[in-house]
Amino acid sequence: MSRIAKRFAQLKADKRAGLVTYVTAGDPDADVSYQILKGLPGAGADLIELGMPFTDPMADGPSIQLAGQRALKAGMTVDKTFDMVKRFRKDTGDNDTPILLMGYYNLVYQRGPEKFCKDAAAAGVDGFILVDLPPEEADELKPFAAAAGLDTVLLTAPTTDDKRLPAVLKYSSGFVYFVSVLGITGTSSATEEAVQNHVARLRRHTKLPIGVGFGIRTPDQAAAVARHADAAVVGTAIIDRVKAGLDDKGKAKPDLVPGVFAYIKALAAGVRGVRKD
Amino acid sequence: MTTSPNSFRTGPDERGHFGIFGGRYVAETLMPLILELEKAYNAAKADPAFQSELDYLLEHYAGRPSPLYFAKRLTEKLGGAKIYLKRDELNHTGSHKINNVLGQVLMAKRMGKTRVIAETGAGQHGVATATACALFDIPCVVFMGSVDVERQSPNVFRMKMLGAEVRPVTAGSSTLKDAMNEALRDWVATCENTFYCIGTVAGPHPYPAMVRDFQCVIGNETRQQMMKAEGRLPDTLVACIGGGSNAMGLFHPFLDDPGVRIVGVEAAGHGIESGEHAASLTGGRPGVLHGNRTYLLQDKEGQITEAHSISAGLDYPGIGPEHSWLKENGRVEYVSATDTEALDAFGVLCKLEGIIPALESSHALAHVIKLAPTLPMDNLLVMNLSGRGDKDVPQVAARMGMKIES
Repeated sequence: MSRIAKRFAQLKADKRAGLVTYVTAGDPDADVSYQILKGLPGAGADLIELGMPFTDPMADGPSIQLAGQRALKAGMTVDKTFDMVKRFRKDTGDNDTPILLMGYYNLVYQRGPEKFCKDAAAAGVDGFILVDLPPEEADELKPFAAAAGLDTVLLTAPTTDDKRLPAVLKYSSGFVYFVSVLGITGTSSATEEAVQNHVARLRRHTKLPIGVGFGIRTPDQAAAVARHADAAVVGTAIIDRVKAGLDDKGKAKPDLVPGVFAYIKALAAGVRGVRKD
Repeated sequence: MTTSPNSFRTGPDERGHFGIFGGRYVAETLMPLILELEKAYNAAKADPAFQSELDYLLEHYAGRPSPLYFAKRLTEKLGGAKIYLKRDELNHTGSHKINNVLGQVLMAKRMGKTRVIAETGAGQHGVATATACALFDIPCVVFMGSVDVERQSPNVFRMKMLGAEVRPVTAGSSTLKDAMNEALRDWVATCENTFYCIGTVAGPHPYPAMVRDFQCVIGNETRQQMMKAEGRLPDTLVACIGGGSNAMGLFHPFLDDPGVRIVGVEAAGHGIESGEHAASLTGGRPGVLHGNRTYLLQDKEGQITEAHSISAGLDYPGIGPEHSWLKENGRVEYVSATDTEALDAFGVLCKLEGIIPALESSHALAHVIKLAPTLPMDNLLVMNLSGRGDKDVPQVAARMGMKIES
């Protein structure tokens, strides 16, 4: 059983939904980014998405675009992202919290999908969410990911109709990520009713756990998602806390890391307040 | 590649691939939309009413066919190949872009879309899109890098006069690639009512094939016109390449004529060796961006690097996937011309032929100036004069240290 499957099984046994937190690797710099990563499980993250900064993040709003630019400017690379994960597993002894790499396919393609998967697995990564690799092109990654024991979490969207869903699900493992709004990250939010309807529709097609993301900013919104889905994914709102902790020169102020953790604790409280029987 | 395909004109396959290039690397939100577009485009291609409406507009609105003009003075000056210019700069709106836009805006109408978005570099595609949207009364938003807004200001005013909204993009390098990112971001949020009118033979399938088909009018006309003028096919074709739509439009109808030598000219900026250029085929390697796999300018990791060219229309770190395929199978030769060579060529055409070419097309001409003298006098060479240079006058004047009095 993969770490991701185990974590969702545990959440189910605990009768609650999970909180998935997204941070961009290397934002605002490697050190501060690692401090954040290390503390995420303690602050209440059940699963971690680690964004690989990319020059052209076509599906991201301004917050995550700028986070990627800060990270690249500070010298972040794919190797250093792997190193962060390695160090996390070693330093914290946390062998249970799943870490997924999120980003765009070109970084995987340039390293070579097979090598990328092997290196990621060796570093302690559990899976991928690649925004621009739909099922139509997923063949070039899936066999290597499977061989390395990595899950591939594909995205589903409001535009993914019942006819198309089976094709997306065929390539999905670990969980299914539902993008709850039409749009880029960090813009609008879905209503609870829309989330409920879409999750119900997805459940008719799959037994995989369902994570819902895009537009979740408050503990109440996270709780609303938790009432229906198996996990709530929060990204932009966390990145905004990182940005708020930077001084005029782009350096981390002392309250940056605690500020991020306090915010994640509040989100986790929202999610954990929903009992699922 | 050791074997050649039976035909170079059958691509892409049903998944939108030209060999390893092309494909559909887009966010899931957009996938159903591009599948719908593919279906609608296949239906339109088979519908004689669609083709006849497009033909009517191309003839009576855009002014096609564009002339195939024998450039006598240029030919005499260069002392080699007999040079013909395919005058696509005489089209309505001043470039080949209108050929594609009329087709796509008809598609938007056919699909019931009520809003059109586009990206633009030099502004030629933006102006063409704004024009067609005015004609069909469809709201139009054009994304343009803020650097390009600055250096192509005449086109910005034209778009605004035509009723389009121009949104300057300040992300990244603030040029064409960033405008395309921003258009894709808009489209993800608005795809239910919005048609994305891509300006070149790039993006996810079916765009590279669809835009090519709309641009093939250039090569098809050239074929007929050359048969009429000389009684035979041309020997050499030359066109400039940013994304590569004018080149593909000229080249594609000739790909299966082995006697026709075909040359694409990329922008070498300050020179390939300087690292500051926009020649993705010469200086890049295959990667995935903007929905397709193609040659890209990128660093070792796969981060996209900034392109450089004096010509805003060529200032793009990628290229249409079919060009990548034609490079690898060797059917088309790809070369490059620098900013300086293009500027010199610009001046040559102004003075010898009384034609002000776009800086984009000046890159093709720069190569013609090198190539023609090496060819025999019976070599029939066609260069695609894809755009006119009115939009470039302020920029070229500034380079020459001239002041334009207002």
